[in-house]
Amino acid sequence: MTKIDSKIPQGTIDKKWSDYKSHVKLVNPANKRAIDIIVVGSGLAGASAAASLAEMGYSVKVFCFQDSPRRAHSIAAQGGINAAKNYKNDGDSVFRLFYDTIKGGDYRAREANVHRLAEVSANIIDQCVAQGVPFARDYGGLLDNRSFGGTQVQRTFYAAGQTGQQLLLGAYSALSKEIAKGSIQMYNRHEMMDVVVINGKARGIIARNLVNGKIERFSGHAVLLCTGGYGNVFFLSTNAMGSNASAAWKAYKRGAFFGNPCYTQIHPTCIPVSGDHQSKLTLMSESLRNDGRIWVPKKKEDAIAIQQGKKTGNDIPEEDRDYYLERRYPAFGNLVPRDVASRAAKERCDAGFGVNATGQAVFLDFAYNLKYKYGKTEATKKGIHSPSEQQLYDLGKEVVKEKYGNLFDMYMQITGENPYEIPMKIYPAVHYTMGGLWVDYNLMTTVPGLYALGEANFSDHGANRLGASALMQGLADGYFVIPYTIGDYLADEIRTGKIPTNTPEFDEAEKIVKERIHFFVTNEGSKSVDHFHKRLGKIMWDKCGMARNEKGLKEAIEEIKQIRLEFWKEVKVPGSDTEFNPELDKATRVADFLELAELMCTDALHRNESCGGHFREEYQTEEGEAKRDDEHFAYVAAWEFKGNEIQPQLHKEQLVFENIKLVQRSYK
Amino acid sequence: MSEQTGLLKSSLSKKYLMAISGLFLIIFLTQHFIINLLSVFSADAFNNTSHFMGTNPLIQFVIQPILILGVVFHFVMGFLLEKQNRAARPQKYAFSNPSANSTWMSRYMILSGAVIFWFLALHFYDFWFPEINTKFIQGDMSGLNIDGNFRYHEELLHKFTNPIRVSIYILAFIFLSLHLLHGFQSAFQSLGARHPKYTPCIKNLGTLYAVAIPLGFAIIAIYHFFSH
Amino acid sequence: MKLLLKIWRQKNANTQGKLVEYVVDHVSPDMSFLEMLDVLNENLVDKNEEPIAFDHDCREGICGMCSLYINGRAHGPQTGVTTCQLHMRSFKDGDTIYIEPWKANGFPVIKDLVVDRSAFDRIIQAGGYVSVNTGAAQDANCIPVSKQDADKAFSAATCIGCGACVATCKNASAMLFVSAKVSQLSLLPQGKIEAKDRVLNMVKQMDAEGFGNCTNTGACEIECPKGISLENIARMNREYLVATITSEK
Repeated sequence: MTKIDSKIPQGTIDKKWSDYKSHVKLVNPANKRAIDIIVVGSGLAGASAAASLAEMGYSVKVFCFQDSPRRAHSIAAQGGINAAKNYKNDGDSVFRLFYDTIKGGDYRAREANVHRLAEVSANIIDQCVAQGVPFARDYGGLLDNRSFGGTQVQRTFYAAGQTGQQLLLGAYSALSKEIAKGSIQMYNRHEMMDVVVINGKARGIIARNLVNGKIERFSGHAVLLCTGGYGNVFFLSTNAMGSNASAAWKAYKRGAFFGNPCYTQIHPTCIPVSGDHQSKLTLMSESLRNDGRIWVPKKKEDAIAIQQGKKTGNDIPEEDRDYYLERRYPAFGNLVPRDVASRAAKERCDAGFGVNATGQAVFLDFAYNLKYKYGKTEATKKGIHSPSEQQLYDLGKEVVKEKYGNLFDMYMQITGENPYEIPMKIYPAVHYTMGGLWVDYNLMTTVPGLYALGEANFSDHGANRLGASALMQGLADGYFVIPYTIGDYLADEIRTGKIPTNTPEFDEAEKIVKERIHFFVTNEGSKSVDHFHKRLGKIMWDKCGMARNEKGLKEAIEEIKQIRLEFWKEVKVPGSDTEFNPELDKATRVADFLELAELMCTDALHRNESCGGHFREEYQTEEGEAKRDDEHFAYVAAWEFKGNEIQPQLHKEQLVFENIKLVQRSYK
Repeated sequence: MSEQTGLLKSSLSKKYLMAISGLFLIIFLTQHFIINLLSVFSADAFNNTSHFMGTNPLIQFVIQPILILGVVFHFVMGFLLEKQNRAARPQKYAFSNPSANSTWMSRYMILSGAVIFWFLALHFYDFWFPEINTKFIQGDMSGLNIDGNFRYHEELLHKFTNPIRVSIYILAFIFLSLHLLHGFQSAFQSLGARHPKYTPCIKNLGTLYAVAIPLGFAIIAIYHFFSH
Repeated sequence: MKLLLKIWRQKNANTQGKLVEYVVDHVSPDMSFLEMLDVLNENLVDKNEEPIAFDHDCREGICGMCSLYINGRAHGPQTGVTTCQLHMRSFKDGDTIYIEPWKANGFPVIKDLVVDRSAFDRIIQAGGYVSVNTGAAQDANCIPVSKQDADKAFSAATCIGCGACVATCKNASAMLFVSAKVSQLSLLPQGKIEAKDRVLNMVKQMDAEGFGNCTNTGACEIECPKGISLENIARMNREYLVATITSEK
């Protein structure tokens, strides 16, 4: 029944990639110049892929909707990037990173891809350092590491709380280098509106110039979608305002299967929602869990007093605090994976122990480590015997400031509270989508010549992504995977020649795009785009968020259909389509979210198990942990578009675990 | 050196030249101040030094032209830069609050510079042109008055009898001070001379200089006005 | 809170802009500045008026897209924050707020409060990189870098390319932006190899883009949301001086 072939190479897990690289087809340098590659998106995956492919000699065109490729949302990643370097001599290895990632993903990722990711992880660090990425260093001048959730080694490389920024700017500089050489043509403020498929192969895109509204055609021998995730389907998420699913969704409608759309990651440490006006949520890096301890009051009356503003976290004595992660998961404590931490927070808040006015927050407290971990060490270093509490606080504060200063400042700015003085308040929020376009080992979707890289594909994180792995995957895909795997396809394209853009397929795609845009600017509706987006977000958060159940999902599907109908009748887009018009840009994106949301719910409904970020209330252990069903659901759900308002078809890619034994995930 | 990165073309090079000419003028100003100061303590010393400065061929024909060139260069370059800088923002802000992030002195160097320029015109009219006239047009290199004494101190005192002139001089010194308050330390920054240890010293020295020297000039002028 | 907004409206680069007054009511102090504008825009859409165009994306102070000149200051009255991180608790009921786009020759207006900052991209393309191709790198720990240099390079590298330095400089100078990149790379051994050409080429491009000259007012350092230091400008001045004198080109 399956039409999908994951193209996993033969051989043992540790040999697959090296064997593959030795045998993959190549394109000779003279032919590369004649081959056009379109890269959509300029984040870690897009910029690194574009730069690497241009360096190899391909002619590359890069598109981004922002005013500069440097703005892509990879820039907002805070904590760090994993790599199996074992610089800390704490027993890390490629296999251990591989194992942690598979386990962290709740055994729903493809072994071969994840192993490859672990293999190239070390090269990423080398590459970035060579580019001048200023990673944190120790006093000896060597690279420093910190630890992240779901691991017991220190393998995370970082640049204060701005690792994503530094890595992206590194990739951006590589991209700029190639633009300067003329091997990359950069199109800023351009949004991809559709993929053009000719004779079954991806041959180009239709893009819209966001400044003047012009619809433009671009052809290429391969199209790479590096367009990130679809977390903004929830309206409120940690994604950037412009992050959208449209490119991936257009690819889906042109025949690319969508993998595991229901797997969304809810990040445990975000700044809680403060009101209805809120436009987005802000993440507080997972690295904070290294040094912050998460707790709520033990006594209900204390929680209520805090909710009413009568007490603060500082008023609760040590013995009345419930460090629930340390209590429930003594082995990993505050460093359990994200899905586990998020659900635990929700569990406490649902039980009435939340610590802000809405009851939807828990404390992340630095006081202990600030004083007794860093303060003491500093005091010892400075030769201060029996330091006072105040001295410990002052000394520790300096260290914490150096490590997390920018995050603390950000928190203070948003909430008006000083986290050095009173414990931070955090709550889970939508952060990342593990699901995405289904790709094979080559990162190619089910449409030949159409690739998906980074968060836009489904590949490496299974049902839950570990912290500091997104940066690793984006750069691995772009720097070290696609440059090899794309040759396998392009080697057969060297005789194709320049692809014309005056074909019926381009005509048809452009016509659809133009009609849709024309509809928006002429529709005499009464409600703004955001109105629909907010309603959609609420349904998704309530019914397809941290916890899902059959009834809720079925309701959600109906409600989404309703909103969609209403949207196409009532949406109002002011302005014209021949000028800069952000409302129009939003409308085209939300239209796609309204379809994608339904697919997410459909997928969540069909997956009768709990795994990673997908928690179905019907399927949990007695202690409230996620209960997988490996017998029936150890597969990737790849959905095929069958037509508007028609049930998509499910294809299953069975996951074969030859190197890791499937066990109930435990962080106790 | 390619033409675009040439020493005179780039914006940075213009800054170096502004800084170097500025520092040169600061050195000159110090020298000028010391000689002026002599006029307070000893008319003879002032006369002797003035005569030396006015007749020494090296100073007259080498250093003086360099100085004049330096002054002219600093002015011309300053105005050219100002013109460029204004062109860099053709559409002005409707509402701006620059005092929130910079000092008045740093923003109005062109104004203080212009005041100093007009002052220099007066100053040349007062001293330099008569001097050139006496020495090179009338050919009297003796430096003596009709009594056979050096004329310099006497001429100086004569100039500072007019309260309006003294007031103008004092006003100019205020602007000179404002100019130096920014200019002194700015010159070092332009040349890249910045160091966590030494920069605070340079800044303090600059402030001290910018206040003390113009104040000193003003006091000398006032002293001569009242002692007359 | 009720506020009077005077907002710069400009149809496109070829037309004249002007300030237009709007009143926005029920503003909560917990709102961010951009959320306040969202509310205003929602009202405008309801009234069938065209909403105000402004650049924004991450809304957490890191992408560098937001760029408003608020009450005469880049990114508003607070220091160390971007416009998206500015919250309405910095204002009070009845305030009048002027909102303008960055204004500089190098940043032409696209529409309303949106400007074109591609000049910054072109400056980076002129040399803001290390010419290393993918795959050729040696082990990351081969060359130790002193913590002090690494930290300084990092501080410079935190520049988000928002353009507040240009916007706030009375000369619309881009020195802080350019010097941040020059400093980052010249402080690290990996970047030293191309240091001379880099500084010469980047400054050349900066001049070609029509930015003004630096007169060391220090306004950029104060308004920079990431607190990039003037030390970087001094370093670039130094680097450029040495490069001009010693370069063989």
